[in-house]
Amino acid sequence: MEKKKKKYEKQLILPAGEFDVFLQALNKAGYEIIGPTVEDQAIVFDTITSSSELPTGWTDEQNAGSYRLHKTEENLFFDFNVSPHSWKKRLHLANLLLWQAKTNGSGFSIAESNGNIPKQAFLGVRSCDAAAIEKQDKIFLQGDYIDTAYKSRRDQTLIITVNCSKAGGNCFCTSMETGPYAKSGYDLSLTEIKKNGRYFFYLEIGSDEGASVLAGMPALEEASVDDDSFVRDKMREVSKMMKKNVDTTDIKSLFYDNYDNSIWTKIAERCMNCANCTMVCPTCFCTNVEDVTDLTGAEAERWRRWDSCFTMDFSYIHGGSVRPSAANRYRHWITHKFAAWHDQFDESGCVGCGRCITWCPVGIDITQEIQNLRKSKTPV
Amino acid sequence: MSDQNVNPMLPDNFSISRIKTETDDTFTLELQPSKGILNLDFEPGQFNMLYVFGVGEIPISISGDPCSKDKLVHTTRVVGTVTKAMRKLRIGDQVGVRGPYGNPWPVELAKGKDVILVAGGIGLAPIRPVINHIIANRGDYNNVVLLYGTRTPQDILYPKEIAKWSEVHNILSFVTVDRAVGEWDGNVGVVTKLVARAPFDPHNAVAMACGPEVMMRFTILEMQKRGIPDESIFVSTERNMKCGIGMCGHCQFGAEFVCKDGPVFRYDKIAKLFEVWEV
Repeated sequence: MEKKKKKYEKQLILPAGEFDVFLQALNKAGYEIIGPTVEDQAIVFDTITSSSELPTGWTDEQNAGSYRLHKTEENLFFDFNVSPHSWKKRLHLANLLLWQAKTNGSGFSIAESNGNIPKQAFLGVRSCDAAAIEKQDKIFLQGDYIDTAYKSRRDQTLIITVNCSKAGGNCFCTSMETGPYAKSGYDLSLTEIKKNGRYFFYLEIGSDEGASVLAGMPALEEASVDDDSFVRDKMREVSKMMKKNVDTTDIKSLFYDNYDNSIWTKIAERCMNCANCTMVCPTCFCTNVEDVTDLTGAEAERWRRWDSCFTMDFSYIHGGSVRPSAANRYRHWITHKFAAWHDQFDESGCVGCGRCITWCPVGIDITQEIQNLRKSKTPV
Repeated sequence: MSDQNVNPMLPDNFSISRIKTETDDTFTLELQPSKGILNLDFEPGQFNMLYVFGVGEIPISISGDPCSKDKLVHTTRVVGTVTKAMRKLRIGDQVGVRGPYGNPWPVELAKGKDVILVAGGIGLAPIRPVINHIIANRGDYNNVVLLYGTRTPQDILYPKEIAKWSEVHNILSFVTVDRAVGEWDGNVGVVTKLVARAPFDPHNAVAMACGPEVMMRFTILEMQKRGIPDESIFVSTERNMKCGIGMCGHCQFGAEFVCKDGPVFRYDKIAKLFEVWEV
């Protein structure tokens, strides 16, 4: 990615008034645009074809266990932070038919269900979510085995990040070094800017695929040095707006040395084991499989579905669950995210999007719990 | 390295060529590719994901001889839905197979050393390929000792083979049962008690243990008492598995994926995890 960025070192200016020309260029290049839109009092990502469908003038207010939309004065397209759902559900499907089988005599034949995957452009990916996609790429596209279902979607996906113009109530991407400015993981990257009567997008190109979309529309003017420094300053400002943070110093040993800390039991008194945090987490990747047959028993299917380490069944082996206590299921989840992930994938499993805080029905705040853990750290 | 364009979740069809009832609740299936020729190579300690049509898929260790490449052999204990359905299958029926997966027993490392094999119950099944390998290369190994514990004399797996291993291949075998019934006049008690009696040089030995986690904990303690360093003790662990290839997340044991980093671990690498409750 770094190499590609060098190749496209010139930044461009896309006037907000020409945003629809840009969307049309995406459609012309064969991409279905998945962008933000308001639905059921939330900003969700769905198919859009015009800027009129964007959540113009809406912003989200997120707190522990709370998400609300408000109107703003600004009338910006992207004046919000992270949506309830991450992009995970469009690359690592929540329900995936792995294959179908039919009996024939004493045996059976298995056929993979290969759907035609259309080209899709993710519009409005936040830098934390772009980092999450890169983390899932590591899980599914590297190593001895490749998740072919994930790959088929990933290959067809164009990522258009939009850098956050403010920090949300539960954001801590600066701590996790994933934002607010997207450094990698995009084909095109936008920063929405309204200043001195100008309203435009500062546009960076991250890949050949991104560049070829722009080739399908009238040439854009180059950004000025002033624009460059404005964006840099803006990103610094957003970083400073971040109210939550995680101190990641020696974070692996913080968790590995505290398996026996009483904090886990304390959290479990509030944790409902609902698994919401794992569902909204953009990096959580665990799945279960389910075998189903038709009524005659002649046809069978195997489905893969998102699973959560908060359920008892998750770790069941003959004789019982490995983690019957809620305290240790929570411990497993957070220890995996902040410690084991480093051992497995050489990086943190958390991108600091804050969704697990927003969507926790009892408002457990992962950043607060890490602070509590530090304070109560078992003496070594 | 597998072919990365092939969906690793797609099983291959295998047909059951032989079924052997081992004990009341264990049976052995011999499997052959239903069509074409497939590479059946595996290393002792690896497992396959076995699928019973319409019922489900489970990880089962390979218990056949790694030198005989014409069939897959799996000894299974009947414990859950899939194994119950599997036992009802007949010769000619098909199962789905994915694999082989997992980190194997250290048969190369054990060359020129004493080998102590400790098995509890069905844990003998994943150990048998090690014994087969040793027999095929008997000169490469010094003292080879098998310590095997099971519930009752009727539950002893592969009894004729154990006798043959002792008599023909100079593999010293100690068998113990939890409860002596019938005419049993052998050892009674937990398998870990046998460790003290096994002849080996702790500074030039490799121990491999497979069985219930509690059995392995006490085996390790006994091995340590005998002076075997943790780096020479290997254990095979069990966790819930759905994919076998490190993607479903179920088998995590600390930072380890039991399916690909295990199931066989060098003990010193997971010793800390063995001390954590519900890890």
